[in-house]
Amino acid sequence: MRVSAHRVLPAPLEDVWSIVTDPERVLGYMSGVTRWELAGGPRTGLGARYRILFRIGAAEVGGLVEVVEFDEPYDVAWTSVTGLDHRGRWRLREAPGGRTQVELRLAYVVAGAGLSGWIAERIAAPTVAGHVKGTLQQLERIVAHEQLRARAARRRGSPARS
Amino acid sequence: MAQARTTTSTRRNGHESGVRIEPPAQQTPDSLLSRAWRELSGAVQRRIPRADLDERDPDYIREQLPLFWLFSSLWFRGEVRGLGNIPDEGPVLLVGNHSGGNMIPDTMVFTVAFSTYFGVERPFYQLAHNLVLSLPGLSWLRKFGTVAASPENARQALSSEAALLVYPGGDYEVHRPSWEGNRVDFGGRKGFLRLALEQDVPIVPVVAIGGQETALFLTRGERLARLLALDRVLRLKVLPISISLPWIVNVGDFGHIPLPAKITIETLPAIDLRAEFGPNPDVDEVYDHLIRLMQDALDALAAERRFPVIG
Repeated sequence: MRVSAHRVLPAPLEDVWSIVTDPERVLGYMSGVTRWELAGGPRTGLGARYRILFRIGAAEVGGLVEVVEFDEPYDVAWTSVTGLDHRGRWRLREAPGGRTQVELRLAYVVAGAGLSGWIAERIAAPTVAGHVKGTLQQLERIVAHEQLRARAARRRGSPARS
Repeated sequence: MAQARTTTSTRRNGHESGVRIEPPAQQTPDSLLSRAWRELSGAVQRRIPRADLDERDPDYIREQLPLFWLFSSLWFRGEVRGLGNIPDEGPVLLVGNHSGGNMIPDTMVFTVAFSTYFGVERPFYQLAHNLVLSLPGLSWLRKFGTVAASPENARQALSSEAALLVYPGGDYEVHRPSWEGNRVDFGGRKGFLRLALEQDVPIVPVVAIGGQETALFLTRGERLARLLALDRVLRLKVLPISISLPWIVNVGDFGHIPLPAKITIETLPAIDLRAEFGPNPDVDEVYDHLIRLMQDALDALAAERRFPVIG
């Protein structure tokens, strides 16, 4: 099952990139995520490993994931090592007016479980789609807020504190 | 090949069988009834599988999780909180209050949540009544890590660094009347505390609500069980009577269709017994403390519920 959503955010590419690749900020915008912690490798970048969990229905699913693609500042993709088989990708592209087109893709499969797996995939899809959509909305709020603070700081003549 | 496998299993167990069934106390050799009971007891004993921790199969669990996730999410609207209170690694004794009759819906909801949270790779065992494991058609439970309830098996699981789920109240608590659903009742069983002290493992209380609303449980039928000598032959202290689907009146509870009651489970912070109660804790004191702690949590969960079954 593949779920994706996209949105144009009011911030330059580099600013959005720095947020989506910072593991400590994930809980702040990623909807449904209850855990996203470093589990090996570098803090960010190719080979970084995280233990992640999403709340879907009666359980928190996820497992160990590894970043397998890190094309700064355009693409970052991760794939599951243990737990639920899935793959995720942030795809960032420049949009007119100094803005950024952001796409979040999640593809998951419940492998080897026969009919129940097939049903579970479809039952979970609306929840996953809701989380993907919610994530982009929350990311937009964070990005817009940071831009606002940055502009205010520039007016004051001092850098914004994060 | 089969012979070699059996030998390995036995060695890994460290004991021949985790199951002891006491013979009937009143043995009158000439009594036909007595002989019949002995035969039945022997037949049940032969059916009880030898415990083997290696029977737990992570790949099997992984493949079955979607089915149980569907039941847990759609039928019981399961909600498991506080799994982060369980230490991320190492042996731990999970102590739960047990509800829902022999269909044990709370165990299913918790097992799904534990397996997805920590991954099927983390060894996780559950102790179950001997009779459950001897019933035909339930051998798959062993692949999920269910082993017969005995001190030897519990010790073995904890020594292997696994998480172990026990329900001290067992058959006594699980068949309590529905109107006592929001009461933690271990029936004074404290063996699990001696086990935790002996193995020096933390205890994590697991408090569940909703199970006793999956049917109308009327009575444990303790007197009936004694009258039929079930306690001596099958280690059954109860012969429960409930109103449940599809039987309407269900005596013995050899299975029923549980009502879709909402199951909520709260995992409480881990308790290091020696850190909290000193180097030689008084088992009675710890027991009282644990029951109070779990009862408080259960009361809070009960206060959240507005209607039976609906939640």
